[in-house]
Amino acid sequence: MDAKRKRRINSITRMFLAVFCILIMHVYGDESPAGARPAHAKAVIQIWLWGGPSHLDTFDPKPGAGYDYCGPFDKPVQTNVPGIEINELLPNLAKMADKYSIIRSMTHGISGHETAAYIMQTGHLAGEKLVYPSVGAVVSYFKGYDHGYRGTIAPYVILTTPQGRFSEVGFLGSKYKPFVTGGDPNKQPFVVEGIFLEGVSEQRQRDRRQFLGRLDSLGKSVAGNQEFQWFDRSREQAYDVIMGDAVKLFDLSTEKDEIRDMYGRNTFGQCCLMARRLVENGVLYVTINYKGWDTHNQHFNMMRRKLPEMDVAVSALLKDLSDRGLLDSTIVWWGGEFGRTPKVYWEPPWNGGRGHYGDCFSVMVAGGGFKGGCVVGASDARGEKVKERPVYPQDLLGSIYELLGIDPAAKLPDPQGRDIRVLPPIKDGPGKGVLKEIM
Amino acid sequence: MNVKKTVLLTVSWVFLACILHSAETAGEEQPASKIVYPYEIASWTVPGNDIDRFVLAALHKNGIDPSPQCSDEVFIRRVYLDTIGTPPEPGEVIAFLGDRRPDKRAILIDVLLDRNEFADYWSLKWCDILRVKAEFPINLWPNAVQAYHRWIHDSIRDNKPYDMFVRELLTSSGSNFCVPPVNFYRAVQARDPSSIAAAVALTFMGTRFDAVPETVSSGMSVFFSRIAYKKTAEWKEEIVYLNPAPAGTLEGVFPDGKEIKIAPDSDPRIVFADWLITPDNPWFAKNIVNRVWSWLMGRGIIHEPDDIRADNPASNPELLAYLEKELVGARYDLKHIYRLILNSRTYQQSSIPRTGNPDAEALFAHYPVRRLEAEVLLDILCRISGIGEEYVSPIPEPYTFIPRDQRNIMLADGSITGPFLELFGRPARDTGMESERNNKISDAQQMYLLNSTDIQRKIRSSQQLRRMTAVARGNKTELTRNVYMLFLSRFPTQTELENAESYFLTEGLLFNQGVEDLAWALINSKEFLYKH
Repeated sequence: MDAKRKRRINSITRMFLAVFCILIMHVYGDESPAGARPAHAKAVIQIWLWGGPSHLDTFDPKPGAGYDYCGPFDKPVQTNVPGIEINELLPNLAKMADKYSIIRSMTHGISGHETAAYIMQTGHLAGEKLVYPSVGAVVSYFKGYDHGYRGTIAPYVILTTPQGRFSEVGFLGSKYKPFVTGGDPNKQPFVVEGIFLEGVSEQRQRDRRQFLGRLDSLGKSVAGNQEFQWFDRSREQAYDVIMGDAVKLFDLSTEKDEIRDMYGRNTFGQCCLMARRLVENGVLYVTINYKGWDTHNQHFNMMRRKLPEMDVAVSALLKDLSDRGLLDSTIVWWGGEFGRTPKVYWEPPWNGGRGHYGDCFSVMVAGGGFKGGCVVGASDARGEKVKERPVYPQDLLGSIYELLGIDPAAKLPDPQGRDIRVLPPIKDGPGKGVLKEIM
Repeated sequence: MNVKKTVLLTVSWVFLACILHSAETAGEEQPASKIVYPYEIASWTVPGNDIDRFVLAALHKNGIDPSPQCSDEVFIRRVYLDTIGTPPEPGEVIAFLGDRRPDKRAILIDVLLDRNEFADYWSLKWCDILRVKAEFPINLWPNAVQAYHRWIHDSIRDNKPYDMFVRELLTSSGSNFCVPPVNFYRAVQARDPSSIAAAVALTFMGTRFDAVPETVSSGMSVFFSRIAYKKTAEWKEEIVYLNPAPAGTLEGVFPDGKEIKIAPDSDPRIVFADWLITPDNPWFAKNIVNRVWSWLMGRGIIHEPDDIRADNPASNPELLAYLEKELVGARYDLKHIYRLILNSRTYQQSSIPRTGNPDAEALFAHYPVRRLEAEVLLDILCRISGIGEEYVSPIPEPYTFIPRDQRNIMLADGSITGPFLELFGRPARDTGMESERNNKISDAQQMYLLNSTDIQRKIRSSQQLRRMTAVARGNKTELTRNVYMLFLSRFPTQTELENAESYFLTEGLLFNQGVEDLAWALINSKEFLYKH
């Protein structure tokens, strides 16, 4: 109606806010952005079980529900925390339940991969006319290069491939894109795209670089062009990485053999080790995209293969982080886009499979200010419904943001100038909202 | 014969240019008289047209010198990339350089506008704007994406008049598989009348709904309040139709403030289309000529091209008005506008500015350098390497299988993507905004180009390079000339030749490593990565 007036008021408000922010920044040091608060955690490792892991066969066993629900896994193991049991194929994780907490009442009710993956990693429902950035991109926005991050590689790293269906940066734009390693850390050498190039010696790298400079005829002719100045700057920065320490950072052969063995000599295990090295070197957010959990058929055979591998690697990661004094400042969160149907599909063509299940599932969190040894919420006797303390994606992500010192209500820069919050409002209170009970 | 002459001419130019060039210091502004070899020529050979009159008038008023005419080598690469998203083959370049007809540039423009790749390349652009994507957050579904893409492609190939094109998009009803333009109303993140109206305003009026008053947006939404959708027994088929439920008389308000009562028996979408598609509509022709201008000239006369509003004036209003009039006069033949722009001296200027004036770019005093689009760049790399990109769709359906030899500019579905396209700023097609496509170079792109196994593999597997190496039999001059022609669509200058030859003499460097490094260096040169 009175759009012009509204805009004017808006701009006045904005001006005041800006002045206020500048003052705050003055008082609290020049590197704290508007959305930042005191932080417990410095870094996050997100272990993404791509496809959706079964909650019944990992952290929420239901031996009492019978064969139609738990299949062959009816002997859960007692963990080192009295009263907490997990799947029998996770013996190493069972020995350290005091280091992590289990949320058994995650829910969003969505059963499509892309929409569920979206809400679990952004905290927003799909279809809000705008594609929100994932946690990693939000962390890069609030704590990355604009706010004191000095690493040569991006503050947000993905091991080893992106999820594809899901745009990590959303509307934030390519500046906050994750660095995607490619390659396989379980191979020697770990060929990280853009950083490590096999068969080109350091001398030849230097020679080629000089040669390249001599051949830049157009660049020399079009002087003073902003686009080209930007080009030259980004090229310098790229060479800083290529010729710098990043190569060593990704060289896992410098790790002791027993450490590499402890994580398991497979792609996922070595990804976990790589994630530890990255956070140790200041990277803020590492996502490990761990494929193979979309087990519509042959579910139990797959679990027999995957669970031991996962158990070894994740327990090694928690132990290693803890031994190095990094667990207190590093959040590890484990989960996928949803759980899997508690009732097994024994009939063909599934022959013992589990479908997508968003009504109730589990997530594991550790470190960075999250307490260990707790269980949050509960599912019903068959793991089909949340029995108590529902935890919604924004509650989980809100807790992670809080521990990182990012205000979940902080504003994000919308391309069209609207007021956009990091997360939708969280209904806090006893037994709901942010996970105060384990923070 | 012609080739030899060209070479001779080229060599003499090289010497001349070297003498001139050695006198200059890079980084300093060059006086208008000095011509930069091999990118420019000294005097105009093309007649230009009315566009130049308007552009020069504005430049003159602001005391800005335009750049001289670009050389034939620059022109042929530029006009190929701009019109068909494909660089010329070496043979095409050599033939063009040898062509003595004075109007050879105009002839080439006509040829390119008729090439199949014209439709391939411009469907890509239109699919960005129309948000053609099978999955999240625009859910057209694979079969409909293919149908829609084919319809867009054929409309462009047949040069369907633009008013008809838009009318079909706005007023069609039927199945998403059989009546492809109905997908316009499905390619929105939310299907409420206001979201649809916003998509219409953005696409065909170049106007962002956030920038218009509430009254305008709600008045316009009325025209889209009777669109309905229903599923059929066919998997992923959907019918878009006019809701037959009694609606009473609707009261719509056109964006220009005019009110209208819409009788229950008339389709409000048609009422809106009738208002939009008229010669004196203040948005319709303006939006599209401004977009075409920005696609070819790197920047809208109103900038951004999808931000038309009263407080964002055109940098050259007379020029814009002229183009609008031309489009209407040519019965909405968009190729007429392409032809006008491409034949202008304004388009054929060199990209080397002659002024430090900050308004030079907005007033089109030179051709702006722009990084190649992700799909175009990938096509070139695939063509040189001989290896096509492999795509795997998350939804395996017959409609999502992409043959390996299909060009990347022909990818119909925004949901089918790969690491290269993601890295190089392909738009997500979520909003239809022009700014979604990001052609700004980043550190990560540089690292990929400079130092990835992927680029190394592409160079090493190139049959073309291998053949050139074999044919050259150790003759570094010939090899360098051919490699330059392959990557940059021109022959090297004397200095460049000398530089390359001396690099080949690097101690311990094998001949084929030298070839590899030359190709690598050219891929990493600005001249290769940019339209210029």
